[in-house]
Order: sequence, then structure tokens, then C-alpha cells
Amino acid sequence: MIPTSSVMIVSAILFVLGLVGVLIRRNALVIFMSIELMLNAANLAFVGAARGLGSMDGQLFAFFVMTVAAAEAAVGLAIIIALFRKRRSTDVDGASQLKW
Amino acid sequence: MSGRELAFWADAIIAIMTALVVILHRNPVVSALSLVAHLCSVAVFFLLLDATFLFAVQIILYAGAIMVLFLFVVMLVDPAGEGVAGRIGRAQMAITLGGSLVLLLAMGRGAAAMTAGSPAAADLPAGYGGIKSLGRLLFTEYLFPFEVASILLLVAMIGALYMGRREAD
Repeated sequence: MIPTSSVMIVSAILFVLGLVGVLIRRNALVIFMSIELMLNAANLAFVGAARGLGSMDGQLFAFFVMTVAAAEAAVGLAIIIALFRKRRSTDVDGASQLKW
Repeated sequence: MSGRELAFWADAIIAIMTALVVILHRNPVVSALSLVAHLCSVAVFFLLLDATFLFAVQIILYAGAIMVLFLFVVMLVDPAGEGVAGRIGRAQMAITLGGSLVLLLAMGRGAAAMTAGSPAAADLPAGYGGIKSLGRLLFTEYLFPFEVASILLLVAMIGALYMGRREAD
């Protein structure tokens, strides 16, 4: 059987990789993909915990996280397209009009 | 070490490698394609953890629908790729990696506390992870979150249409 602790460790590694991606990249699209990495790591932790406890509630939570991820992808990509129309670039360092 | 555990660690290596390519490659198209591979490896994790329905949903919804959307936008906005990593200072990089490592160790330590034995496959309730038991739970105990999710999707759809419309000038 796969121990729950190994699932959690792999999930933590994947989450941190996504976090590092958000922090070091400047391309809005790649930052977005890194957010997807973090969401998937959280899903993995949910499913691993559900398996460890022998209940299905964790899988339901992973299911809802997927729904939110789909909604987030649609809105976020629309924002990136709007940003690109305005600035001809997806560099997040350049998009600082709201900063005084 | 059982065969399932061996498959788990092999898949973990694939998942971590593809995640590294996603965050480090300078071409966003390669990042997106590597993300597809990563999502498939996470689907295999779900299969190994007896979540058969989530395995199917992960492939269809994530690796299918969401990634098509991603690739479409990557192709639409200049695929040559700007904003390459490497323009950041060394100090910033060191702080990021050091902080992440501390976070990772803390999480690993917390996970090590959860070493209680998980039930064997034979001890799981019948139909565990299948569409029938998941659907029953979804429409009884989790009916309210389910309805809220439908409203969320509607709002997201309207928001995406509004954000993506052409500027009237």
C-alpha cells in the first residue's frame, strides 16, 4: 500500500515547485501554469488523505477544486488576452499602471 | 516494496521532472506541453490511489479542455516568449529557493506525523472512487456546494466573455 506520508511529501514537493514558478517567472502565462501546478498538488493531497482515511469526502473536495480551476482558467486567460491587447506583451513587470 | 508503491515513485519522478520543465523552460509552448504530461502523471496518481472517476475527469477536463484553452492563448499571444527567467537578481533567487526549502521541510515533517496505516484495498467500501458512490455523495451530502459551483461557473463564463470582448471605439 502507498503510505499517506509519501503522497503528502510528493504533493508538498509539487506545490513548492509551483510556488517557485510563480515567484521567479515574469511571463503571465507561465505564472498561470504554475498556479495550475499548485492546484494539482492540493488535489493530490486531498485524494491521498481520502485514501488514507478510507472515506470519499477528500475526492469530492478534489472534484470541487477542479471546478474552481476550470472557472479560474477561463477568467484568467481572458484577463491575459485583455492585457495583451492593451500592452502587446504578457510581462507582469510591465503591467504596473495601478501602482502609484 | 509492493508493485503499486514502485509505480507510485516512478510516477513521482515523472511528475517532478515535468513540473520542473514547466517552470524553467524559456519557451511557453514547451511549458504548456510539459504541463499536459504533468497533468497525466497526476491522473496516474489518482488511479494508484483508487480514485478511478477522478482519474477520468483529470484526463478529460484538465489534460483535455483546460490545456486546449491554454495552448490556444499561448499561440495567440506571441509564442516567441519574452519574460524569460534569468532577469531576476541572484539575491531574489536565493531568498525564493531558501524560503521554499524551509516550507518544504516543514510540510514534510508535518506529513511524517501522518503515518497511520491506510486501509488495504480489500478493506475499502465497495465502489470506492467509482462514479456511483461519488455521485450519490455529490447529490445528497454535498448538494449545496454543488449548486454553488454551478453559479460560480455561470459567473466565470459571463466574466470571461466580458473580459475577452473587443474594445468598442
